[in-house]
Amino acid sequence: MSTITTPPSGTGGGAPGSSPEPGSGASTSVSSRPAKPSLFGRLPVVHQLRQSVGLQRGMLVAGLIITAVYVICAVFAQWIAPYGFAQLRDASGPFGSQQPPSPSHIWGTTVGGYDVFSRVIWGAQTALEVMVVAIILSIFVGVFLGLVSGYLGGWLDRVLVVIADAIYAFPSLLLAIVMSIVISGGQSNLYGGILAAAISITVVYIPQYFRVIRSEAVRIKSEAFVESAMVIGASTPRIMFRHVLRNSTRTLPLIFTLNASEAVLTLAGLGFLGFGIEPTAAAEWGYDLNKSLSDVTSGIWWTAIFPGLAIVLSVLGVTLVGESLNDLADPRLRGRRAVAAASGTVAQTSVVPGGPLEGGPGGLAGLEDTEGGDDRDR
Amino acid sequence: MTDESLSSPAVTPVVDIRDLEVSFATDAGAIKAVDRVSLHVNPGEVLAIVGESGSGKTVTAKAILGLLPETATARGAIVLTGAGVSNDVVTLSRKQLRGIRGSQVSMVFQEPSTALNPVYTVGWQIGEALRAHGKYSRAEAKAKAIEILGRVGIPDPETRVNYYPHQFSGGQKQRVVIAQALVLNPGLIVADEPTTALDVTVQAEILDLLRRCRDEFGAAIVLITHNMGVVADLADRVAVMYQGELVEEADVVTLFSSPQADYTKRLLASVPHVGQGSMQTAERASRRDAAWASAAPVVVASQLRIEYPGRFGRSPFVAVDGVSFEIRAGEVLGLVGESGSGKTTIGRAIAGLTRVSGGSLQVLGHEMNGIRERTFKKSRSDIGFVFQDPGSSFNPLLTIADCVAEPLVVHGRARDARGARPRVNELLEAVQLPASYGDRFPHELSGGQRQRASLARALALEPTLLIADEPTSALDVSVQARVLELFASLQKEFGFAALFISHDLAVVDLLADRIAVLYRGKLVEEGTGAQVLGAPQHPYTQRLLASLPVPDPVEQASRREALRALRAAEPA
Repeated sequence: MSTITTPPSGTGGGAPGSSPEPGSGASTSVSSRPAKPSLFGRLPVVHQLRQSVGLQRGMLVAGLIITAVYVICAVFAQWIAPYGFAQLRDASGPFGSQQPPSPSHIWGTTVGGYDVFSRVIWGAQTALEVMVVAIILSIFVGVFLGLVSGYLGGWLDRVLVVIADAIYAFPSLLLAIVMSIVISGGQSNLYGGILAAAISITVVYIPQYFRVIRSEAVRIKSEAFVESAMVIGASTPRIMFRHVLRNSTRTLPLIFTLNASEAVLTLAGLGFLGFGIEPTAAAEWGYDLNKSLSDVTSGIWWTAIFPGLAIVLSVLGVTLVGESLNDLADPRLRGRRAVAAASGTVAQTSVVPGGPLEGGPGGLAGLEDTEGGDDRDR
Repeated sequence: MTDESLSSPAVTPVVDIRDLEVSFATDAGAIKAVDRVSLHVNPGEVLAIVGESGSGKTVTAKAILGLLPETATARGAIVLTGAGVSNDVVTLSRKQLRGIRGSQVSMVFQEPSTALNPVYTVGWQIGEALRAHGKYSRAEAKAKAIEILGRVGIPDPETRVNYYPHQFSGGQKQRVVIAQALVLNPGLIVADEPTTALDVTVQAEILDLLRRCRDEFGAAIVLITHNMGVVADLADRVAVMYQGELVEEADVVTLFSSPQADYTKRLLASVPHVGQGSMQTAERASRRDAAWASAAPVVVASQLRIEYPGRFGRSPFVAVDGVSFEIRAGEVLGLVGESGSGKTTIGRAIAGLTRVSGGSLQVLGHEMNGIRERTFKKSRSDIGFVFQDPGSSFNPLLTIADCVAEPLVVHGRARDARGARPRVNELLEAVQLPASYGDRFPHELSGGQRQRASLARALALEPTLLIADEPTSALDVSVQARVLELFASLQKEFGFAALFISHDLAVVDLLADRIAVLYRGKLVEEGTGAQVLGAPQHPYTQRLLASLPVPDPVEQASRREALRALRAAEPA
């Protein structure tokens, strides 16, 4: 048993992880057990934010800020955007086509005569809607199929894996195009368009969730606690949902964020290729980029730059969050503050909190009394 | 606490550790693993560092090689003297460290199967150390590798130098690892639990080899172990560590005969000895009435055969071959054997986790050969199971109370975990855990506490049969003693029949009414503890018993001679 003295909190998700900064409010050391961080402190992203240091923290914060701006734009598009996404004229007449940036149209107008700034803001809303619908659909279907396939195994597993592999073999954008044609039949009103785009993205991403959850389920299936549930006589659905599912969703937030950024890209790709949503139904960055193709060569920069930047920044923000979460989830990749030489206290039992040796030969008395000194949370 | 008579000033120690302190950066802030430890090792001396897991013994040893992880910071001095040069490892640069590793100090790892790279031949891997420290042609390196393999007792080294690690057995792999450590003739070898992953019979051979390292190669050895028997067998001097501090240091005879520190006394008291259990067994046997022997047994196995299906085109692997035994109500059967002997497979088959492929196995009146899960499900409430690894046998996302309540909920004794809480509290108290521990998560408990909670879960439905698969092998000796004691008292209280699986004869002896010895899937011997351990009939049992190191250096020395005689008498 060559255990290096690292407390298990490094690997566990819900481990005590309050930040070691002085004055961060962790003053409740009177309690009998290592103070648990507040509910807020244990929320997925907040927990990691507190845990991170240095460059990793910078990346995470940058990603969070970009993502927050993007989400705010999407949710409050109605109030932020000066005009509607399909608005061509206001009280003082038509906007005019390909107008350079001016006080009334700060990012100019497109070849179709729309206000670029408004289209970019409204586009965030479309992208967010597609992202949410696509991820919700693919997460539920993918996780369920992966769990069933991984835990039950047998012929069902083999068939599902072959199907997932087959979908993988298609270029994802091509598949999305085919799906969007099948679903919407070429027409695209607002919800039809969003659903078509979302479902076509879903089809591409289900195999990813399926794969990840399946491999986790296969791994967890052989863990002792699942066997222990079997010995107890628990039913298969109970084992699947109570014991396997909850333990296999650990990596889900990571794929979730990475897929979210890919969903934005796929949506933009569909729009760019002309399979997206009509400009009168919703604003869509890919469509605007497509229409600005000819502008670029004639020196009209504002119609392409802003939708393009919007795509890049939204993908970058979500990816940064995803990548940082990925690094922080792995104790080996996670950065920590360096400690001064010979600092810190010797942990009560260096391996596991709450279980000093006195709990052994010393008897029960030792077991219950030592907790006050168990101040390893600092 | 250094014994003055031991440190002779004339000899320069190979390694001299002064006031070593090591701290780790963790998510929960700085944790100190080693706290002002001073140690020294003289040439040709074996220093054993003992202590429970987390006491800092491995960290101390790794610090000698400068192998601390990046999250660690060290202070103090580790002066390593070799070939007339002294270096302080703590202050050396990476390049300087590379220079002394292998040539002045080398390491033998715990798990020989992972310490060797599977894609290179062992000869290449031994040569790698040579090439790192000087110019050797391929032929020279190979010649050197052959020589060293021969000296560590690998038969036919000329051929086997070209073998890959998987072609060696576990014990031979450990010999190769030792050869790798010895090839540059370093003054000091750090052996981190070198025999923990090995079977008792192989362990005795590796200990012999390590003794030869000292005698023939003149190497000093820092031996890290938690096994007091190994310490008694090999060590010259012992350092006891507890919670990062050195609590006692003495030569091996003094330490075992008159330990000074409280912790050492407790540690030595908790080491199980063979022969301790015979009185309890006799006492239990005398309390049984006459009708007991004629009552229907809980488990009857006759000519039990269990196979694991082979890969395509290969014959299946026979794990258990023609084993017959029975367990009566309220009786504890100890199942002993080395790894791969099929003892765990039998336990799993009784619990219905592994299919029986031949013969007959009757559990609580059900024939397990070809049974359907649906038929067996009702009887599951009569079987409890304690798993080997307390770390993984609890769902990490459920609290201890939820985990213990699980069997009650599944079998309809309680509607949900909250409704089962009063009963759960009773159970936790029965296994001597405070009821408040029910609100903790598994990772917040120590190994011993988790294993006790595991016992509570197994006993939740008051089963008539309990299967314990190596329940203490992942625990420290001191904690093991406590869990075994608890097991015995619970068995007395609840009166369940038990199958107690272990590789440790002393542990089995402590608890079991009868002991069955498995060897390569076959049952070679069965009887009461006094019969099997007092007068073993089968040569394998004799060897197993003789290989077991006892925690008493004087007695162990005479046992070693006996084992040598036994081995000489036996045709391999």
